[in-house]
Amino acid sequence: MPYTTHADLGGRPDFGPVEQNAEDSVFHAAWESRVLALTLAMGATGCWNLDMVRAARETLPDYLDLSYYEIWLGGLEELLVAKSLVTAEELAAGRARHPPRPVSGILTADQVAALLAKGSPTERTPSGPARYRLGQRVVTRATPVDHHTRLPDYLRGRTGIIERILGPHVFADSHAQGLGEDPQWLYTVVFEGRELWGTEAAPGHRVSFDAWQPYLEPA
Amino acid sequence: MGHEHEHVDHSELSEIERRVRALETVLTQKGYIDPAALEVLIDTYQTKVGPRNGARVVARAWVDRAYRDRLLRDATSAIAELGYTGRQGEHMIAMENTPGRHNVVVCTLCSCYPWPVLGLPPVWYKSAPYRSRVVRDPRGVLLEFGVTLPPDTEIRVWDSSAEVRYLVIPERPAGTDGLDEEALSALVTRDSMIGTGLARTPAEV
Repeated sequence: MPYTTHADLGGRPDFGPVEQNAEDSVFHAAWESRVLALTLAMGATGCWNLDMVRAARETLPDYLDLSYYEIWLGGLEELLVAKSLVTAEELAAGRARHPPRPVSGILTADQVAALLAKGSPTERTPSGPARYRLGQRVVTRATPVDHHTRLPDYLRGRTGIIERILGPHVFADSHAQGLGEDPQWLYTVVFEGRELWGTEAAPGHRVSFDAWQPYLEPA
Repeated sequence: MGHEHEHVDHSELSEIERRVRALETVLTQKGYIDPAALEVLIDTYQTKVGPRNGARVVARAWVDRAYRDRLLRDATSAIAELGYTGRQGEHMIAMENTPGRHNVVVCTLCSCYPWPVLGLPPVWYKSAPYRSRVVRDPRGVLLEFGVTLPPDTEIRVWDSSAEVRYLVIPERPAGTDGLDEEALSALVTRDSMIGTGLARTPAEV
């Protein structure tokens, strides 16, 4: 089945002005905070990883019509059903009809602070040398892929400079597909605005992003 | 099943509220979640973690040259010195705004944001207008935030594509030499640490 993300927005026209919000507005309704908490608590059961969560959200067909926490809710429901932790019928009924599936852990209140403080670091020990060096010119992969990726459309097939070597990190593309961590060297690559947007780019406009080694070829 | 009657009248709930309530009920009945943990999670991000954390990091960097150097060299460790670690801040990089260079942060693919220092992202940061436009027309977007920069200032947009999270250290405003760290931190806004704002002057507080 072809993979379609609806979340790859960089450079797309026609979204209009940015509507600002005050610093103290975290949640706009109580249900939003419930969705956040349910998402984090279910993440702690170990049934999926953050890259799978991103994939579940960005493939929601009505992604662009949904509010932020509606996207989170839709992604969580997708994963729960896909992993057979709940059925669509149970969600519709609002009550459990079948016994639970075994999960690797249940987050308890006393574990929350330690869990959040620890996070999920993605840097791994190198198994070989980095292919690219600081200052080297590289070109990003031009062809789209049929799975979750963190190479945005607007940065495909563009030439930039390696600015920082960030170490080997869990490779999102593999991790999202359930293919394991597959750590790959990660680099900060910087692009001139003109390389991305042509003459409409203002002088001094640069964009940087963090690219895993499989996204890059020597320029 | 008559014995499973509802104890709460849900007729006042909106459709989305009913859907969230249904989900929470099913997950609780299955034993996948501890309801008490949900309350701790919500309280954490509503009251404990927010941009005042990052403001303390910036103020420390403004008054303590050695700390500023550590922050630019290894932001994860320097931020941890102040007690801010963990989820969505596992790998931090701090960038300093200077008279010649302004940094601004986005996540065009979703909503990646440095939670331990800034809390949860504002709606505009997660919105299609910001994510689509700031990589293409950062000056235009900054103008909407009331930020005008000299034409020869480099504007660097950081698209948070991997698990590295970015914190902007805004320029310290002029006329703040006599202020202590706490007074300085009150000048540091959330937006100034994303790059869509500048730190406030004492007169603006």
